[in-house]
Amino acid sequence: MLKVRGLTKTYGDTEVVRGLDLDVRRGECFGLLGPNGAGKTTTLRLLLGLTDPDSGSIELAGIAVPQRAREARMKVGVVPQLDNLDPDFSVRENLLAYGRYFGMSKAAVTARVPMLLEFAGLANKADAQIAQLSGGMKRRLTLARALVHDPDILFLDEPTTGLDPQARHLIWQGLRRLLAEGKTIVLTTHFMDEAERLADRLAILDHGRRVVEGAPRALIEAHIEPAVVEVFGEGLADWTRAHAATLCLRHESVGETLFCYTATPDSVIDALKEVPALRYVHRPSNLEDVFLKLTGRDLRD
Amino acid sequence: MIKHLRLPRLSWRFIPVWQRNYLVWKKLAIPSILGNLADPMLYMLGLGFGLGSLLPDINGMSYLSFLAAGTVAYSTMNAATFEVLYSSFSRMHVQRTWDAILNAPMTLDDIMLGELTWATSKSLLSGVAILAVIWGLGLFGNFWMTLWIIPVVALVGFCFGGMGLVMNAVSPSYDFFLYYFTLVITPMVLLCGVFFPVTQLPPLLQSVSAWLPLTHAIDLARPLVIGRVPNSVALHVAALLIYGSLGYVIALALTRKRLLK
Repeated sequence: MLKVRGLTKTYGDTEVVRGLDLDVRRGECFGLLGPNGAGKTTTLRLLLGLTDPDSGSIELAGIAVPQRAREARMKVGVVPQLDNLDPDFSVRENLLAYGRYFGMSKAAVTARVPMLLEFAGLANKADAQIAQLSGGMKRRLTLARALVHDPDILFLDEPTTGLDPQARHLIWQGLRRLLAEGKTIVLTTHFMDEAERLADRLAILDHGRRVVEGAPRALIEAHIEPAVVEVFGEGLADWTRAHAATLCLRHESVGETLFCYTATPDSVIDALKEVPALRYVHRPSNLEDVFLKLTGRDLRD
Repeated sequence: MIKHLRLPRLSWRFIPVWQRNYLVWKKLAIPSILGNLADPMLYMLGLGFGLGSLLPDINGMSYLSFLAAGTVAYSTMNAATFEVLYSSFSRMHVQRTWDAILNAPMTLDDIMLGELTWATSKSLLSGVAILAVIWGLGLFGNFWMTLWIIPVVALVGFCFGGMGLVMNAVSPSYDFFLYYFTLVITPMVLLCGVFFPVTQLPPLLQSVSAWLPLTHAIDLARPLVIGRVPNSVALHVAALLIYGSLGYVIALALTRKRLLK
């Protein structure tokens, strides 16, 4: 569905995308993860033909981009990071206006509107103004708008950033429904739980390069020990010196917290129980551990 | 900018963009028309009757007719300029409507052609409204000749729409547009013969005036009001076309640099 080879893009002296390869199969949900500035949004813009790459090739739904970007965009629905619904139009008018940009007749869009509103859970808001919608409703309308021309593939740029948990779950339900219908989804996010929940496969990008690619579960198993015990509290430094090397397969001190990676969490917890001043959290390892291991803990701004 | 400079690829896909703006305008059409017309009309009638009663005829025209012809061009210029500055800027920068449209199979060429034709349409309405006042007050020489003012007004709207899009492309905020009004539009109003004949100016300013698009607009509109065929029609039409098209092409390159880098 999407094939990218050796993609590069430079702004001034900064190489934002550096030799990126990607393959997305029909019907799968592919996650693009990475810290801020990793090149996720630039990659999406390149894939849509909104900016020209310095080198490399892109094939989207079998169509070469940017050479035939216009045709390729007929096959794609886009949910951008920042809401850009038309504030001068009602909910229904937004869908009608957007359909026209795809060359659809008014009758063709009108026929799809009830289905799209139902999908977005906005059936009773058809004539509402955009300013009256909540953040979650706006996102759902943006998602419905991206489906107006029944695309094969969807690009979602951080679809749930800024939403409350209820609204996020509603978006996820919608995306699962689309996957069940056979749509292909490419999604950028920096919410690891979102990627773990939705993505069949994902790539972690950093500094414009693909650091790793695979199924979420497989990546966790390949890169991180099965369990993590996070330890904090009074006397942590002494405990770390005395026990970390023997009890943990791998450990890491970050600020006032010790991350102890282990296959035998019970032995760690038994040892911790002897020091009441220390508090701990025991959890299975997750995608965030992989992400932080591969991209580091430094802040990116 | 040079890297982004190329001939626009024009297509009929600009129509949905024009239509989008039309549908939004339709919701507020009456206040919009009144707001657009009140100002030029008040100037024209106030100065025309007030000042006009103190002045002799100018080249055989009453001052009110003279001013009315200038106001047709001036009002059209303002309407087109305001549309591509403030309104287009809202759509491009504040509401990100252009970004949304670019995710569809549309190009910036389509969007900006849609904006330009929309600004032309809206300013056409402004110019024709002044023309209606000219008809109503009987300020014209030959009614059939005044019908030619309608295509002239469209051309003037196109010209200033194209020029204004350049400012839209480089503007960081609404405040920036004030420079354009202070440094370009207002001098043009004073130098191009809206309120008094250009021949009253010192020779140096007269030769500057000859290069300004509003002069060409007025040189077409004023003779038509009094029922004469304008001199050098081809020159004036070409000047307005060149200013507008060049503006569109340059604006397209600058906006490409801004949005599609």
